[in-house]
Amino acid sequence: MLRLVTPESSGIQIPVRKNLPVFLTESGLRTELKKLSGVDAVGAEARVAKLSTRSLKKETKKSAINLAISMVDLTTLEGADTAGRVSSLCSKALRPDANDLTAPSVAAVCVYPDMVATARGVIGTSSVQVASVATAFPSGRASLAVKLLDTKEAVDAGADEIDMVIDRGAFLSGNLFKVYEEIVAVKEACGSAHLKVILETGELVTYDNVRRASWLAMLGGADFIKTSTGKVGVNATLPVALVMLEAVRDFAEEYGEVVGVKVAGGIRTTKDALKYLVVVNETVGATWLTPDYFRFGASSLLNDLLLQRSKQQTGNYARPDRFSGD
Amino acid sequence: MSENRLEVRKTYKLLMNGAFPRSESGRTYEVVDAEGTFIANVAQASRKDLRDAVVAARAAQAKWWSQSAYNRGQVIYRLAEMAESRHDEIAEAVEVCEGVKSKEARKSVSRGIDRMVWYAGWTDKITQVFGGANPVAGPFFNFSLPVPSGVVAAIAHPALSFEGIIDMVFGPVAAGNAVVLLASTERPIPAVLLGEMSAVSDFPGGVLNILTGQVEELAPVMASHEDIDGFDVGHAPEAERAALISASAGSIKRVFEGHGNDEATAMRRMRTFIETSTVWHTKGQ
Repeated sequence: MLRLVTPESSGIQIPVRKNLPVFLTESGLRTELKKLSGVDAVGAEARVAKLSTRSLKKETKKSAINLAISMVDLTTLEGADTAGRVSSLCSKALRPDANDLTAPSVAAVCVYPDMVATARGVIGTSSVQVASVATAFPSGRASLAVKLLDTKEAVDAGADEIDMVIDRGAFLSGNLFKVYEEIVAVKEACGSAHLKVILETGELVTYDNVRRASWLAMLGGADFIKTSTGKVGVNATLPVALVMLEAVRDFAEEYGEVVGVKVAGGIRTTKDALKYLVVVNETVGATWLTPDYFRFGASSLLNDLLLQRSKQQTGNYARPDRFSGD
Repeated sequence: MSENRLEVRKTYKLLMNGAFPRSESGRTYEVVDAEGTFIANVAQASRKDLRDAVVAARAAQAKWWSQSAYNRGQVIYRLAEMAESRHDEIAEAVEVCEGVKSKEARKSVSRGIDRMVWYAGWTDKITQVFGGANPVAGPFFNFSLPVPSGVVAAIAHPALSFEGIIDMVFGPVAAGNAVVLLASTERPIPAVLLGEMSAVSDFPGGVLNILTGQVEELAPVMASHEDIDGFDVGHAPEAERAALISASAGSIKRVFEGHGNDEATAMRRMRTFIETSTVWHTKGQ
């Protein structure tokens, strides 16, 4: 175990993750991040535009839809969430299509920390994970102590996965070490729960920043890196997903650690979801085409996936209100 | 100068969600006049275009029905105004497509426009005529209120290219439905013109969607599509009608088979595409 030394985080112990270097100073971290090459923005956009023209048909489409359903983190993050709403969301996560039991369960439900216990009560010990946002989601504007307590409460209530937000203010003002320390500290507070680090790419401005933040999050021990909170104007986009996937691929080559990617916000149609799957397959390969390493954070996407699934199976266009709203 | 102008040829496109896209399939087909001379290329809608039109119609229907009945009447009347000011253009299209005399074409268009005005007047009378207060054995008021079915698909009259589509479009629309019309395959141009005029008549985009294409390709998809609530098959080809009606049963659609353009048929059509909602209310002392 190592100890961090800055005043705010002093006394926090870093679990040394197999294969990962530990940075105790700002300069060491900077040297590590400097070796990242810049992102060719035009190239990235052209590449996803090209990949978006791929068309999946018939059996491939069927299995891609099932895979996408199994990758959904069914999410409700509203001020108006109630225990009833969360319970019905969890029931839907377990059995997305009440008329067709062959539809796979989703990967996880994602709720606010105070709803974790409710979700856990419905989900029980099934394969569906309970994920909770934490660390003063969505802005991340709170002291580290508050963020850690937030995380701990969610874990204690039974969360399997924690979605933390990075401090974008610190990142954009160049205080990268603070961001790193927070991620390390939250990872520690997660214990055995998986940590997803939300970069909020819509606020990071450039692809270079996205690549840098991805690397930083992975160095800090993220099990997943996630695009967005879904609470700002710009959410997940295909080029950003490409940049993050390339970062994940390079990280795996460099350190032998496989980190997952979660795209969230604004993905509402099956067509969009399948485009992401194509980009995953063509960038990092089939290893990542599992709910263990790729997720969609979404709510309305699930219904469209079920709608298209039903179309594939019956040959008829289905009625959207055949599936429950939440 | 005028002799040297390049011809500006028109490709007739679909009307979907208030916009004029080509078919997503990229297909077009040639439309010829009564003598077989080429008139224009027309978009040939695919089943995916139909699917998209239904999504647009579903979203627009809620907006359309949330407007006041008076307002809906004004919008339909506005379309009649637009059509009146383009009377010559529509009549010319009817003349070319149907191969009728100019005078006949003009009369037919006039009848169509008058019919539109008639439907504009219906919007705030449907509730009175098709609804009512029911006598019940108790201290209650009991009202039956007509509400629209939702999304109605219709197969256009194959021959009467303008006059023949007015009833099947504006009957359901006056009652608060959104419509997806499959225009006559052979004579689609007057229907497309109607669509163009509707885009400047304050209809929320998607209330009126007009597809051009092949009946045998699109009609079965209309019948099996679960999110279409009503289907006007009165002018579907005789041989296919029974199959379309039976396929419509899978999603419990309201099906209309009438094909006259008399008033009784028009009333029956409107009644087909409304549902009755019943409200109970206690009587005061």
